[in-house]
Amino acid sequence: MKDQLYQYLLMLGDNAMILGHRLSELCGHGPSLETDIALTNISLDLFGQVRNYFQYAAEVKGETNDEVTEDSIAFMRYPHEYRNTLLVEQPNKDFAFIITRQFFFDAYHLPLLEALMQSKDEQIAAIAHKSIKEVKYHLRFSSEWVKRLGDGTAESHNRMQTAVDYLYPYIGELVQETPIEKEMKEQGIGADLSLVRSKYYEKVKTVLQEATLSTPQFFGFHDGGKKGVHSEHHSHILSTLQYMQRTYPNMEW
Amino acid sequence: MQTATQHPDIEALLEKVTDPEIPVLSIMDMGVVRSIEKQEEGLLVKITPTYSGCPAMDTIAMEIKATLEQAGYPTTVKLILAPAWTTDWITPRGRARLEEYGIAAPLEANADKLALMDGVRIVPCTRCGSTNTKMISQFGSTACKALFQCEDCLEPFDYFKCLK
Repeated sequence: MKDQLYQYLLMLGDNAMILGHRLSELCGHGPSLETDIALTNISLDLFGQVRNYFQYAAEVKGETNDEVTEDSIAFMRYPHEYRNTLLVEQPNKDFAFIITRQFFFDAYHLPLLEALMQSKDEQIAAIAHKSIKEVKYHLRFSSEWVKRLGDGTAESHNRMQTAVDYLYPYIGELVQETPIEKEMKEQGIGADLSLVRSKYYEKVKTVLQEATLSTPQFFGFHDGGKKGVHSEHHSHILSTLQYMQRTYPNMEW
Repeated sequence: MQTATQHPDIEALLEKVTDPEIPVLSIMDMGVVRSIEKQEEGLLVKITPTYSGCPAMDTIAMEIKATLEQAGYPTTVKLILAPAWTTDWITPRGRARLEEYGIAAPLEANADKLALMDGVRIVPCTRCGSTNTKMISQFGSTACKALFQCEDCLEPFDYFKCLK
């Protein structure tokens, strides 16, 4: 039970951490100063949320293993121990791609947190109450950009449609229930993904329509991330992310 | 919402601790100090972050400990998440100090949405008071702010976003 809670916290934290890292790669490289600052601000929010999840995860694990800390969880795991979805590890391409990935995540993140606010686990509920205020801003930002670019010039529209077509097959994994999520749901701790799913697909459909983008007709999806089976991009992220802790174990700022 | 009021001496000391990113604002005016408890082994001060990833929180916790211990109170600082911070907890004095410093204080939630999402011109310029201002970026120099510019006096300024 404790181990399942721990794994569930990793799932919640790892999505935010890997996406937060992807966004941090844009620091100083955004298409304009304002979007650069916005994307890195979102990254910072996500890392704040990650710390809350991992501090709690370390507490849960700490009952049997006191060497686990928020830092060891973030920096010392192997790729197969990360539980993030494949969507968030997709590399940055053009701005259309970055915004579409962000929108696909934010539109899922909001109803997920709405559900987690009702969690029987007080700490998860507290983190969700805190995070949702930030995530509302994230979703506003990304959905506005999807509409502006989709309904923009022929060039921006084409780039957005390319990004949507490429990334759409990854969104199913976000709301696909794994055994751990099922167990957590049944205990009243985790979110009911079937409820999240309907809100999620509705939001995606509405925004894509407003953006004059077509929703791909796609019935299967790529998955594996939640079980620890990642794309090749994942290890490249970790080699940057873990470099300092692997080189100088237990270093602190 | 309960705020700390039972320990005027301690609060006076905490008035000296400021947000490192907005140095005119004390942590008391910011509303991040949620409770002060006198316990046998010393003081327990509970604080709550403004934004999850606010990099100022670690510094603030250290400053609280240092300030109170220098005054002779052994102190433990604990970070709590619930109830989540809201901009409503910024005191009237805090809002006035923000404005003086050049940061527009947060509007009510509905007005905030109009200003940030629909481009309605209602955020008053901190320099000349004109509401003929436009949003430059929804995200500003820190997570809690958006960037605005006055179309009359041309002053660029930060707006403290409403968080509820």
